[in-house]
Amino acid sequence: MKLPRFMHVYLARHAQVSLNSLGRLYRAPSASLMTAAVIAIALALPSGLYLLTGNLQRLSTQWDGSTSLSLFLHHSVAENQARQLAAGLQKWPEIESLQLISPEQALAEFRELSGFGTALDVLEENPLPAVLAVKPGRDHADADSAAALLERLQVLPEVEMAQLDLQWVRRFSAIVDIVRRSIWVMGSLLGLAVLLVIGNTIRLEIQNRREEIEITKLIGATDAFIRRPFLYSGIWYGLGGALLAVVLIEVAFLQLQGPVRQLSGLYASSFALEALSVAEIGVLLSGGALLGLAGAWLAVGRHLADIEPTY
Amino acid sequence: MIRFDHVSKRYPETGDALHNVNFHLMSGAMAFLTGHSGAGKSTLLKLIALLERCSRGQLFLDGENLTRAPARKIPLVRRKIGMIFQNHRLLCDRTVFDNVALPLVIAGFRHQDIRRRVRAALDKVGLLSKERAFPLMLSGGEQQRVGIARAVVNKPPLLLADEPTGNLDPELSRDIMHLFEQFNQVGVTVLVASHDLDLISRMPYPQLRLHQGHLSVEQALAIE
Repeated sequence: MKLPRFMHVYLARHAQVSLNSLGRLYRAPSASLMTAAVIAIALALPSGLYLLTGNLQRLSTQWDGSTSLSLFLHHSVAENQARQLAAGLQKWPEIESLQLISPEQALAEFRELSGFGTALDVLEENPLPAVLAVKPGRDHADADSAAALLERLQVLPEVEMAQLDLQWVRRFSAIVDIVRRSIWVMGSLLGLAVLLVIGNTIRLEIQNRREEIEITKLIGATDAFIRRPFLYSGIWYGLGGALLAVVLIEVAFLQLQGPVRQLSGLYASSFALEALSVAEIGVLLSGGALLGLAGAWLAVGRHLADIEPTY
Repeated sequence: MIRFDHVSKRYPETGDALHNVNFHLMSGAMAFLTGHSGAGKSTLLKLIALLERCSRGQLFLDGENLTRAPARKIPLVRRKIGMIFQNHRLLCDRTVFDNVALPLVIAGFRHQDIRRRVRAALDKVGLLSKERAFPLMLSGGEQQRVGIARAVVNKPPLLLADEPTGNLDPELSRDIMHLFEQFNQVGVTVLVASHDLDLISRMPYPQLRLHQGHLSVEQALAIE
C-alpha cells in the first residue's frame, strides 16, 4: 500500500517517539520492571482465576453430557428379577443404555476402592442393594426430560430409590458461575488499580521532566507533541505488565498441569487444564496497553496543563 | 515585524509592569531594549512570545494580531521566534546536537535535514567540534552559543534575547553581540534586552529605553 508522504512522516515520527519512550524505560530497568511487575500481578490475578473457573466450567459441562440415573432396587428383588427389569427398560426409547450392578459386584468394587476390606469381612451379609445405572438417550439428557424420566422410574415397584446424578453437577456449575461473576468485579477493581498505578508513574515522570516540558513549550512544541512520549510510556508499561502477566499465568498453569492430570486420571477422565489461547493472550495484551494509555492520558490531562513556561 | 499599540501589562500582585507602550520594530531591524532590572524588559519580551498576555492595547507580530490569538496558535507563533535566555535553558541530559535539534524535531523536519541544519548552526557559532558534548561540560559562553544555535536553527524571522551576556565577561559578551549582528545582516530582525550599557552604547543600533514601565525611544526615526 502506498501512503501519502505526510502519512509517512507522521507514522515515522510516532514510531520514533514510541521507541524513545521504550528506550527511556530501558535505561531505568529496575524501576520500570517493578512498575510492570505490579501491573502484571494486578492483571494476572483476575485473568488466572477467570481461566481456572473457565476450566471448571468446561469440566462440569463434560459431566453434563454423561447424565445418569441410579436406580437402587429393593433388597427383596432377586438377581434374575433385576435382569428382567433391565431387559424391559432397555426397550424404552428414552434410555440409551443401562448397566446392572449386582450387590456382589458393588461390594467388590467398594472393597477395592474404599480400603475398608477387612472391616467389610466382619459384615455377615452384603448391605448393598443391586443398582441399575441408566444412561438416558442424547435427546433426553437435559435436566427437564431427565427429571421426567426419573419420575417414571421412581414408581416402578422394584425400585426403592431413584437418583439423578445431575443435581450436584448443576449446583457446582451454579457456584462456578457466581465465582466467575465475582472475578469480574475483582477484575474491574484491579483494572482500576492498574490505571492508577500507571497514572501515578506518569505523573512522577512529568514532574521529573518539568524542565524539559517547559523548554520545549518555550520553543514552540504543541501540546500533542509534549503529550506523545508520556502516552507511549503508558502504553509500554501496560503492554509490559500484560506480557509479564501472561508469563505468570502460563508458569502457574504449567505447575498445575501435572497434578490436575493425575487427579483426572484417578477419575478416569481425559480432562486437562487449558492455558491461555492465542485470542485470550491478544485480549490481555491489548487490554493492558489500553489501560496504560488511559492511565497516562488521565495523568497527562491533569498535570501537563499546570506546566506553563516561565524564564 | 513587532508593533506595540498602546500596550499595558498589569500584574494582579505587583501592578503595572508596562504602561501604554508604543513602538514599531521594522522587519530586518536590530535594536536594544534597555532599562534597570524591574523596568519591564522581560515582561515586554514575554508578551511577544505569548508567555504573557497584554492587559490592554494591541500587539502585532509579522502583521498578525497576537492579542486574541487562541491557545492552540501559541506554538506556531513561538516557532517564528528564536529565543535566547540569560540562563540558557538547555537540556542537561541531552547532547549539544540534540539540544540544537529540538526546534527542528518539534517542527517535524526530516532526519537528514535536521543533521544538516544543526551542523550548519553549530558551525555558525563555532561549536561544531562540541556536538557530542553535554551542556554542563561547556563554559558559560559556550552554553550561551549553544542556546543561540538552537534559536537560529530553524531560521526564524525574529530573534529575541533576554540579557544574553548577563553572566559573561566583556570579551565573550562582544563575541555574542557580534553573532547577533551577523544574523541581522542576513535579514533576521533582532531585539536584545540588556543592561550592559557600556557595550551597547558602542554599537550603532537604536535603543528602546524602559523606565518603570514607560518607554522612551532614542533615535526613534530608525525604528519607526
